Amino acid sequence: MAQITLLEAVTQALAHELAADPRVVVFGQDVGANGGVFRATNGLQQAFGAERVLDTPLAENMIAGIAVGMATQGLRPVAEFQFMGFIYPALDHILSHAARFRNRTRGRLSCPLVYRAPYGGGIHAPEHHSESTEAIFTHIPGLRVVVPSSPARAYGLLLAAIRDPDPVIFLEPKRIYRAAKQEVPDNGEALPLDRCFVLREGQDLTLIAWGAALKETLAAADQLAAEGIEAEVIDPATLKPLDIHTVIDSLEKTRRCVVVHEAARFGGLGGEIAAQINEYAFDLLDAPVARVTGYDTVMPYYRLEYDYLPSVERILAVARETLDYRAGGAR
Amino acid sequence: MHKPRMHLVASFDIAHLQYLDEQGHATQELPDFATPDTLLAMYRQMALARLVDDRAVKLQRTGQLGTYPSTLGQEAIGVGTGAALQPQDVYCPYYRETGALLERGVEIEEILAIWGGDERGQNYAHAPEDLPLCVPIATQLLHAAGVAFALKYQRDQLGRPARVAVASAGEGATSKGDFYEALNLAGVWKLPAVFVINNNQWAISVARSAQTAAQTIAQKAVAAGIPGLQVDGNDVIAVRAAVADAVERARNGAGPMLIEALSYRMCDHTTADDASRYRPEAELAEAQKREPLVRLGRYLRAGGYWSNEAESELQRELAEILERALADYRDRQKEPPTAMFDHLYAALPEAFLDQYDELAGNGGS
Repeated sequence: MAQITLLEAVTQALAHELAADPRVVVFGQDVGANGGVFRATNGLQQAFGAERVLDTPLAENMIAGIAVGMATQGLRPVAEFQFMGFIYPALDHILSHAARFRNRTRGRLSCPLVYRAPYGGGIHAPEHHSESTEAIFTHIPGLRVVVPSSPARAYGLLLAAIRDPDPVIFLEPKRIYRAAKQEVPDNGEALPLDRCFVLREGQDLTLIAWGAALKETLAAADQLAAEGIEAEVIDPATLKPLDIHTVIDSLEKTRRCVVVHEAARFGGLGGEIAAQINEYAFDLLDAPVARVTGYDTVMPYYRLEYDYLPSVERILAVARETLDYRAGGAR
Repeated sequence: MHKPRMHLVASFDIAHLQYLDEQGHATQELPDFATPDTLLAMYRQMALARLVDDRAVKLQRTGQLGTYPSTLGQEAIGVGTGAALQPQDVYCPYYRETGALLERGVEIEEILAIWGGDERGQNYAHAPEDLPLCVPIATQLLHAAGVAFALKYQRDQLGRPARVAVASAGEGATSKGDFYEALNLAGVWKLPAVFVINNNQWAISVARSAQTAAQTIAQKAVAAGIPGLQVDGNDVIAVRAAVADAVERARNGAGPMLIEALSYRMCDHTTADDASRYRPEAELAEAQKREPLVRLGRYLRAGGYWSNEAESELQRELAEILERALADYRDRQKEPPTAMFDHLYAALPEAFLDQYDELAGNGGS
């Protein structure tokens, strides 16, 4: 079987659902003949027709708004935003409507839809093309926020997102769109939402990361392993609702935790994870939950982007501080 | 100075439709639907909308209802629009909608529940596919475009009957991008959608003249490549005729249309507003001469279809209907606190079970 990239796994999942479910429609800017600016919808319009794979006029707010209307009529819209940095005009529809229709109508209408967007830095793009603002969405009640980090998870989680009866923000880490290949059978088998994936088992330290930051996080875990320290690496995958239980199960073993994310620190999801660990498992901890994140500044233009993104070195430094931490200040 | 030579590439006209003038005289032959029975039914619905609005404002003033947006003076737009739809069409309302909701079969008690702080009011018993009231300005117009796409898709791809999405908004909403985005998409995708604008001259305190330099709201359709029509929004016959034509046109695959209905907001924006701070008294007095209920009443009386006795009987009947709805509204039990989670997702994710249990009084963390 051919090996495919994360990007091709997205395409494979879209094609599978277009073939399997006549209610599925795919639309966005340039998703038709062009196959999307990253080629995530490559070949879909040719295969499924311009009635089901549609180029829209250029208005992100409109893309989000029509998806709401389509979904209330029982379609399964899958809308693409070209970059996360261009979603913001659409927030009104995502926050005020997609996330609320079921509740507002007490279950009479609902919004089974998927908003896809490439996100994250590291591809030498212009300003506004390197954002990691997932915490804006995880704060919104009624949404699911899902981030795949491998071809297999991209395929299985996107199938699950399209089949989910509620709105899903599906953020694709574009830095690793083509970074690795994997065999991904096109068997239509979805992966579970709302569940963490334990990517690597270990008993000394828990590392939590998602999306492209897992690349550096796993590299840091390899480095630690070479030094005889076994880190458990957890990919939450569904950022909201968050499966904190898998994290706590891990802390039962490791008692130490570092959260890694590309997004800016203040108000980032790392803070929520640390707070939940405090609430559920404070007594398990041998060290404060630490964070390695983007800085609380504007995502820089590309010459500085790798100074902004969490590096293997930064992850290792914080991991070592956390491993060395002793209560009472004797670090 | 040399004046460059140019040639005309586009031009447009905007028509205005009216059947009944301010005195209730027919200005032209009435459309076929305008039989005495139909007109009496619309008169009754407008009177009911006015009664519901009047009582709702009083309920708010006495602490029995939350903020409420009256439709006083604009009843012809909601009733005329609602009457023009088929039951299977999908209505995508904004929030100033008493007449249209009554026409769509929404219960008075449901309307009161919505503004009385109870989401169950939007779980319409008799309008299962209509969208709920929409408070963020103009956003419903894009939902309507999406609904219209779905209706077209269901017809073309899934073999379902032709249906139409009809949306409403105020004239202030036509200043927003959502409005133009919806018209633009509906035009280029030729969607079965009709957009009805209640131009009641005021967006809270901002007058129509401060909202746009466009001579009419209807001409905003031109930029989207779709037809726009202005109607006398206080003439329920004109509203119904225009919307019915647009709906049938859309149903037959001819695409979307924008209808501007001219009226006047004779009430405050909502009960949280005080229009005396900005609305000229003389303007209100002028508007009262043009209002829709008196106008249709004059026509019906002149034709011998209406009388003081009939009016008294109608008011008695409507008051009884209202009192029954009020009794149901007052008897409504508050939902359990856990209801705020019951419809957040199709099934509540495990991550929120602690909070659910806390609300349920079962401990929680």
